[in-house]
Amino acid sequence: MISLEGLTKRYGEKVAVNDLTFEVRPGIVTGFLGPNGAGKSTTMRMILGLDHPTSGDVRVEGRHYAQLRDPLKSIGALLDATANHGGRSAYHHLLCLAQSNGLPERRVHEVLDIVGLTTVAKKKAKGFSMGMGQRLGIAAALLGDPRILMFDEPVNGLDPEGIHWIRTLMQRLAAEGRTVFVSSHLMSEMALTAEHLIVIGQGRLLADMSMADFIRQNSRSYVRVRTPDRERFLDVLRSAGITAMETGDVLELDGVAAEQVGELAARHALVLHELSPQQASLEEAFMRLTAESVEYHAHSGPAADEQASWGAGWKKG
Amino acid sequence: MTTQPIPSQAPRTPSYVSPIPISRTHLGHALASEWTKIRSVRSTLWTLGVFLALVVLLGCMMAGLIGADTYLNTPYTMPAFFGLLLGQMCLVSLGVLVVSSEYGTGMIRTTFTASPQRHRVLAAKILVFFAVAFVTAAVAIAAVGLYAQITVGARTNANWLPTVFTGALYVSLMGVLALAVGSMMRHSAGAITTMLGVLLVPAILPAFLLFNDGLADVAQVMSDYNAINALSLIFEGDRSTGTGGAQIAFLATLTVLACAGAFGVQANRDV
Repeated sequence: MISLEGLTKRYGEKVAVNDLTFEVRPGIVTGFLGPNGAGKSTTMRMILGLDHPTSGDVRVEGRHYAQLRDPLKSIGALLDATANHGGRSAYHHLLCLAQSNGLPERRVHEVLDIVGLTTVAKKKAKGFSMGMGQRLGIAAALLGDPRILMFDEPVNGLDPEGIHWIRTLMQRLAAEGRTVFVSSHLMSEMALTAEHLIVIGQGRLLADMSMADFIRQNSRSYVRVRTPDRERFLDVLRSAGITAMETGDVLELDGVAAEQVGELAARHALVLHELSPQQASLEEAFMRLTAESVEYHAHSGPAADEQASWGAGWKKG
Repeated sequence: MTTQPIPSQAPRTPSYVSPIPISRTHLGHALASEWTKIRSVRSTLWTLGVFLALVVLLGCMMAGLIGADTYLNTPYTMPAFFGLLLGQMCLVSLGVLVVSSEYGTGMIRTTFTASPQRHRVLAAKILVFFAVAFVTAAVAIAAVGLYAQITVGARTNANWLPTVFTGALYVSLMGVLALAVGSMMRHSAGAITTMLGVLLVPAILPAFLLFNDGLADVAQVMSDYNAINALSLIFEGDRSTGTGGAQIAFLATLTVLACAGAFGVQANRDV
């Protein structure tokens, strides 16, 4: 259990984290979502006692982080895959962490085995690929067999096999009754792993709800239509009181069932080339939610339309 | 049969219990951890290797060049002085790197996550580094003393054993001072440069300050307490000018102050 209360972090004039209050509960994977620069990492650093909040409070299992006597057994964290000394071997990196918490040396071998780094245990960390570094960071997080696990963008740099592995790992850890808190800026990634969702933008809490609720509330369904007889079709729609959004030669109809549109077209003997019910992706829902709070918009030019600059902003991440 | 009242929104609170026994962490754990850290990086091997080579090789070379009658009132470890002058830079570099490399690589976040008692981490670093530096320096100085005694074989009135201790203590303290500076500055290059200044400026500056009467006192203190003079006093064995006791006390005080500063600065810093 991690609990935040009015957590705020200011860097001079800039507010990185703004009055965050939420709880991360055990037994499920909780996704921590937000665009780049939303304050996810800062929040995680404050949970770990690395950064000190300007105001507010954050507790791990009811205690301030500095009060934890054997922190690796309470909480394991992967913040940054490169947070190790490149000249030190994976084995020694994990060994010095294990020793600092009085963990037996065999745990080092166990976690190396879990993340699949046994064969490179004696190799220096600076020779590791991004994915291997990520695995080493995860091994460090698992070292104390902790009740809480926190991962900051764990899929970064992992190959598809690695991504699948980390997803299964997180779900297994949660199923064992642990608290799993994982950040990401990819909604699609979260949709596959997280059961609960906390969304922040510019340091503020935007949503704290179950993934199911989020999908129900935020997914927009519409009907996609293509027709050669566009003008007549639009007239028909207008008289039926249906609003259409035109994008290219495609019409998107909100708040209406596909059956209804089909019957309407049949009654007026209109030819349709396409009639399909659509569901806006969660990614779009997430973008809409964080629209005002995205910090780093990419602008491809003064004439660029809003939607396009959006996508660019995300891919840049 | 009674039914338990079930709260409408009962949160699932399964809790994982690890089979690993819980042990309260203490300084011993931190010392073991820091010992693993210092012995598992190449920079330790390099800095200490160069230090040993400088002190021992230069010392043995000088031992033969110094006339045998010099040792009558000078300890056999005196030739180690030349190597230590240069070699202390190695200990200074290692002292800085012990801390600053953690800040440079981001390892410090992993370290402080595993050990949120930051003061304990720094204390363990200081103790482990001091022990490693002291033992290495003592071995090097003793090696030079033994070599000189065996090869020169002349009579001496000076007991060289105390200088093994005082010489090693002085350069190790200098290393700890560097560690404290590195901890406060968090930047390897900056901290090593600062320490170069600490080592060299007080030795060079007095020559220029002497031109000004008002600064003559400052110049005197600098020339008395700079590292070069301190080491030469320790190994000279000239009782009339002291055996470096005041200089060691001065450096120890400075080191304690710097360490206090390092403890204070890191306590509330964001890393």
